[in-house]
Amino acid sequence: VTLSQLHRQGEVSALMATAVRLAAVRDLDALRKRLRGARGAKGVSVSICAGTGCRAHGSLDLFEEFKQQLAARGLGDVAVRTTGCHGFCERGPLVVIYPKRIFYHGVKLQDVSAIIEQTIGRGEIVESLLYKDPVTGTKHLTEDEVPFYAKQERIVFRNNGKIDPTSIEDYIAADGYAALAKAVTGMKPEEVVAEVTLSGLRGRGGAGFPTGIKWQTCRSQPGDQKYIICNGDEGDPGAFMDRSIMEGDPHSVLEGMTIGAFGIGANKGYIYVRAEYPLAVSNLTVAVDQARTFGLLGENILGSGFGFDIEIIRGAGAFVCGEETALMSSIEGREGRPRPRPPFPAQKGLWDKPTNINNVETWANVSQIILRGGKWYASLGTEKSKGTKVFSLVGKVKNTGLIEVQMGTTLREIIYDIGGGVLKDKQLKAVQTGGPSGGCIPASLIDLPVDYEELARAGSIMGSGGLIVMDEETCMVDVAHYFVSFLEEESCGKCTPCREGIRRMREILGRIVKGDGKPGDIELLESLGKVIKESSLCGLGATSPNPVLTTLRYFRDEYEAHVYKKRCPAKVCKALIVYRVVADKCTGCQRCVRACPVHAISGPRSQPHNLDPTKCIKCGACYEVCRFDAIAGDAIYVE
Amino acid sequence: VTAVTDDILTIKLNGRKRKAGKGQSVLEAARDCGIAIPTLCYHEALEPVGSCRLCVVEVTAGGRTRTMASCVTPVEDGMAVVTESPRIAEIRRMIMRLLLARCPSIEIIQRMARDLGVKASPFPKDDKDCYLCGMCVRACAEIVGVGAIGFAYRGSLSEVQPPFGQESNVCIGCGTCTTICPARTFDLNKVFARRSMHKGGQKEITRCTVCENHYTGT
Repeated sequence: VTLSQLHRQGEVSALMATAVRLAAVRDLDALRKRLRGARGAKGVSVSICAGTGCRAHGSLDLFEEFKQQLAARGLGDVAVRTTGCHGFCERGPLVVIYPKRIFYHGVKLQDVSAIIEQTIGRGEIVESLLYKDPVTGTKHLTEDEVPFYAKQERIVFRNNGKIDPTSIEDYIAADGYAALAKAVTGMKPEEVVAEVTLSGLRGRGGAGFPTGIKWQTCRSQPGDQKYIICNGDEGDPGAFMDRSIMEGDPHSVLEGMTIGAFGIGANKGYIYVRAEYPLAVSNLTVAVDQARTFGLLGENILGSGFGFDIEIIRGAGAFVCGEETALMSSIEGREGRPRPRPPFPAQKGLWDKPTNINNVETWANVSQIILRGGKWYASLGTEKSKGTKVFSLVGKVKNTGLIEVQMGTTLREIIYDIGGGVLKDKQLKAVQTGGPSGGCIPASLIDLPVDYEELARAGSIMGSGGLIVMDEETCMVDVAHYFVSFLEEESCGKCTPCREGIRRMREILGRIVKGDGKPGDIELLESLGKVIKESSLCGLGATSPNPVLTTLRYFRDEYEAHVYKKRCPAKVCKALIVYRVVADKCTGCQRCVRACPVHAISGPRSQPHNLDPTKCIKCGACYEVCRFDAIAGDAIYVE
Repeated sequence: VTAVTDDILTIKLNGRKRKAGKGQSVLEAARDCGIAIPTLCYHEALEPVGSCRLCVVEVTAGGRTRTMASCVTPVEDGMAVVTESPRIAEIRRMIMRLLLARCPSIEIIQRMARDLGVKASPFPKDDKDCYLCGMCVRACAEIVGVGAIGFAYRGSLSEVQPPFGQESNVCIGCGTCTTICPARTFDLNKVFARRSMHKGGQKEITRCTVCENHYTGT
């Protein structure tokens, strides 16, 4: 795939066309200076989020609309560009007007002319598009005033939402590749590793292994062929941290990897990214191409004598390939199945050569550590978990999106201050962290500071950073059943406890949610879960019982209600609920009568309806459509 | 696993100091000392893969005690290994309950379950004829050097098959897979049905009803 094919607008920027290989650090500095000068003079520009969330909201159409209308009004010199994800996906599409950084959310095609006329033309604000605080009613002009962003600390996401991910110039203008220049021309490889060790950075893929120690182990291995791998096989349902980094700031990953390769002594790197992330693949491919053209990848980088190149590998869709040994096996063209460690990848990795593998987010932290110092990084976070962590905040929360906070931020701050609280102001029940094999933390632990140790103590894991908020209407047995079903499908099938055990856990849970649970099932789940956790071959199996074990630990009464009383307290498990019309709430509007697919509800207009339980298939359509929202649960009610 | 060298290490095995060879696995070292550890996927002639997990032992090294599969854990000097404990016994029994539910009619599974004190499984029974130890796959690749079979599908749907379930065109019909199969259920005919001869094209592969070995018909 060539650069020109991939460039979204089909045009290679003027600088790229005449790009000259940067032969030394002074060339890079001169280029940065030139770029900043050129940008400063431009004045007004429009920046549109083109992260996956905003694209789904139609931001690419907005981009075209802005370009067309500006051209039609003779304002063709106003730059319009697309950026990576801002994180505030709930409110997309997001548009920022520079230089005042006016932040508009939920922008529709019909708003474009107003923005051009008022904001770009007359310097006025389109009030209706500003973010309005739902609590105080205050309107916020710029992004950093919005409470969603105010409590965040953006290191990994420093450029996301600000630069055009397909433009290496944007990245360079934002201090891009300055850390690489510093490392390869001003530092010794061991100093690079020492700086990362000093920073206290730990693996962001989930296990939290200290990155500096990992690098040092690989560095000290004998052999002149070593490899670097970036693990971009993010597969947790509801998680999109790594995707947004790869899509929105791909050069930060490349720069981190190149610095790592210099420290470790590797000359070849691989980015393993799932094929289900086409935009990430495309933006990474563009970035690698650009970096090669500018001499930031390849032989003799910035005249240092150090050479390094990166190849992008697309994963074929197995969740287990996020496990490092399975991932390497997949790159080698073999079946994606984990193998026992030792030997660790640092000893015997890709093609049996010493290999260092880190997650996308880990790599994206590296350049800032080199640029600002390990000591600075170590000043952020908690005693044992340094720096920041990106979370994808999803589920029953008002502000769905991507957030980056210091380690040690409490769940309360994340859910209420940043997330804006539980959707429809319902009661918080639990927070699921760490992806499908993470654990459910009960609302009573809401003041838990989020770091590796605290999450482990609560029975969960950091994982790659999924954070699913669950409200009072969530059935914890159903949640455990859902995650275990996911893991059953993704188990590779190599070792007995994971292959057979997860399946049996799913069978037992399936029984319980259907009301067929037997005495002894809960105990069997518990003992089976412990054995799987302790005896599985890889991390997938070893963490797979977490959703079951944590819900058993904190919500055992719900399991007992299902098994012994055949009752689902959260009124979720279809087999255990009965829908009925509450006569004194029903207004007789007939919406449910029309919605019912099996004609189980009848009754004349303006009179309480009748629901025939023998016909009811418990699809919940009536419950969904009942108008008396707050009363909805009552009007057609579940018992 | 790396070759056994002359270097001798000292490990603590069930509380007693023992000598072990550098490069040996804990399982091999234990067997050399006359300590039996149950296994279902280990074979002396093959690379260990650590997949059945029956050989788990408690390993204490560097101040940490962990449950490890002994067939793939190399011995380290000063390492302490416990091969039998209530916890280990519980893990092994649970694994046998799982395997007994998967393959209730395979003799070696029945025997192993009995040996470990498992009489019945609490899980609904399947009747599969393969418990996925992978010896056939490894033997074909490592001993025969062909690699005609591999694992298809994932999780509990895993199966040993030639690629894409198509009749193999690299299988030489040696029958090593059927010979090594501890369940005695591997059917060569699912890999291929005919064998290429140097002269005379292809011949049917048949299984002898008396000795159960495969032969090429005339």
